[in-house]
Amino acid sequence: MRELTYCEAINEAMDQEMKRDNNVITYGIGVPDHKKIFGSTVNLLEKYGASRCFDTPLAEDTMTGFALGAAMHGLKPIHIHIRVDFLLLAMNQLINMLSSYNYATGSHFELPIVIRAIVGRGWGQGCQHSKSLHSYFSHIPGLKVILPTTPYDAKGLLTSAIRDANPVICLEHRWLYWATGAVPKESYEIEIGKANILIKGTDLTVVATSWMNIEAIRAAEILKKYRDVNVEVVDVRSLYPLDSDLISGSVQKTRYCIVADNDWVAYGAGAEIASKVYESCFTDLKKPITRIGFAHAPCPTVRCLENEFYPNAETIVKEAEKLLDIEPINMIDENFYSHENRFKGPF
Amino acid sequence: MDNETRVQLYNKLYLARRCEDAIVQFYPDDEMRSPMHMSYGQEATAAGVCHALKQMDPIFTSYRTHATYLCKTMECEKFFAELYGKTSGTARGKSGSMHLANPALGHYGASAIVGSQLAPAVGTAYAIKYKKEKLVSCVFFGDGAIDEGTFWESINLAALKEVPIVFVCEDNGFAVHTPSTQRQGFSNIINVLKEFRIRLFEETTGDVESIYETAVEAIGYCRSFQKPVFIKLNCYRYLEHVGINEDFHDDYRDKEEFKKWKERDSLKIQRTRLIDEGIDEENIIKIERQIDLQIENAIKKAKLGIGPKPEELLQGVLI
Repeated sequence: MRELTYCEAINEAMDQEMKRDNNVITYGIGVPDHKKIFGSTVNLLEKYGASRCFDTPLAEDTMTGFALGAAMHGLKPIHIHIRVDFLLLAMNQLINMLSSYNYATGSHFELPIVIRAIVGRGWGQGCQHSKSLHSYFSHIPGLKVILPTTPYDAKGLLTSAIRDANPVICLEHRWLYWATGAVPKESYEIEIGKANILIKGTDLTVVATSWMNIEAIRAAEILKKYRDVNVEVVDVRSLYPLDSDLISGSVQKTRYCIVADNDWVAYGAGAEIASKVYESCFTDLKKPITRIGFAHAPCPTVRCLENEFYPNAETIVKEAEKLLDIEPINMIDENFYSHENRFKGPF
Repeated sequence: MDNETRVQLYNKLYLARRCEDAIVQFYPDDEMRSPMHMSYGQEATAAGVCHALKQMDPIFTSYRTHATYLCKTMECEKFFAELYGKTSGTARGKSGSMHLANPALGHYGASAIVGSQLAPAVGTAYAIKYKKEKLVSCVFFGDGAIDEGTFWESINLAALKEVPIVFVCEDNGFAVHTPSTQRQGFSNIINVLKEFRIRLFEETTGDVESIYETAVEAIGYCRSFQKPVFIKLNCYRYLEHVGINEDFHDDYRDKEEFKKWKERDSLKIQRTRLIDEGIDEENIIKIERQIDLQIENAIKKAKLGIGPKPEELLQGVLI
């Protein structure tokens, strides 16, 4: 099958949906400019015109409410933010209006709204360009939250999101934009709310979100190579709805679980996933669940601290060693992902 | 103005006023369990503007939406059922007074977060323009909304995108209990807005016909040219911010001002005018009794209606 980058897969989903349905529009700060949101909106202005693909004032909250009103009157807006952090400016419309509007007013409307936002990391992004915040959004009734990891999932999940009658937030990790993988040319949907097993294994389940799947796959390679440990990597893909059945099924098989979240640990998605696993796998688990995530600090810019802030494959391996009570691996010869060697992806 | 229009304007005023009289009467029974932000005294803004709109022109409103809801839809059955928390209400009891909506009759909903309805109204106006419909989107808000950042963002966006939207500022001079002089670093928003590509209108009156005529001109321009308009209607809230009582004893506003407005009460003006224009008072009374009956039946039905079942709690979170 033909290969696309994650970025191209997103662009293709948008392009095909805009072609299929005249009511799909897209906008956001910088959406039609020459940079095209890292290339993910290329050709949309040229193909569909300025009424369907446009730049906006720097007014995140109002432009979110704009999506609500446009959707109430039949449009299908895709609002794009180049960093998730900017969505904090839109929390009123997102949480007081969009998520609850239908429920509070009597479910009169379809609200097919997609909010795409990019999670930054590295090269001094710092505390205001690196948040993911997916647990914030997943906490709120009335929102769906997806975090595609592979190019295949990016196209399929985004297509489903655009066709969904509910608001969907799609969080895209910047480093994944270079990932390549097989992506069908024709349009297809992936059901929102289904997790996916990226690597099958029998000895340990690593449940991961977004970029942490890439780290989990790298950790699985190392654990297999040095200790013949077979790790099962479960990509949650969607935080709301959460596929706790698939996650629990995996843990019932492996009886060990690490949750590797691309976010802070405290009160995070990892806590919710771990609770769900405990509820259904309490007697299956041989050890308590380990949670991995960002250090509990704002993200620093200087490299040496940033490296401490983010967990990676090495973190997962070390936690697996403790959990499975295996001899520590000397990883000195192993390479790990960083923004210096642009990620190309194993997909 | 023809007498039919005059009577229809009076109908709207009368329906809004008498529905709220009924709320005042029955609220102490504690069966309507919802914070009531009464339109009492301000009905002419809702009546005048709504009468100048077409039925399917969508309106968005603030939580002070009894009059706008009633004048837009001219129905009070779903209205009272909602206030009584019954499944026959606009939101099967889930909205109460502050989130009334009836899109089939052009009411797209109300928000209890000041100013939050402006942005969606601009979004709907954009959809109207995109679909080349002959409608206008209309948003009602109080002067408190002007203080919010989203007001300026919405005004800017509407002017930038040249969308068919009617901004209606119902300026009663107070955000809860705080006068605009303690909140705003300018004396009149109309002067501030002059630089935006928006046509501006202002009225200080309780006379529904005067408001209606202004609204007809503003909305006509908005519809014909697909461009935004802003109507500032200075009005007076008779009752407390939330609740069914007067609050002049709290001393944050001058009762003399209230008396001035009360003398020019919109219902009184319009009723007198109907008689002056030669409409038989018997006929006016007949219309009034019809509306009274409509309200009486609506309340009776609402009281007898059934509330939602427990399993409805999780219905409609996602569709």
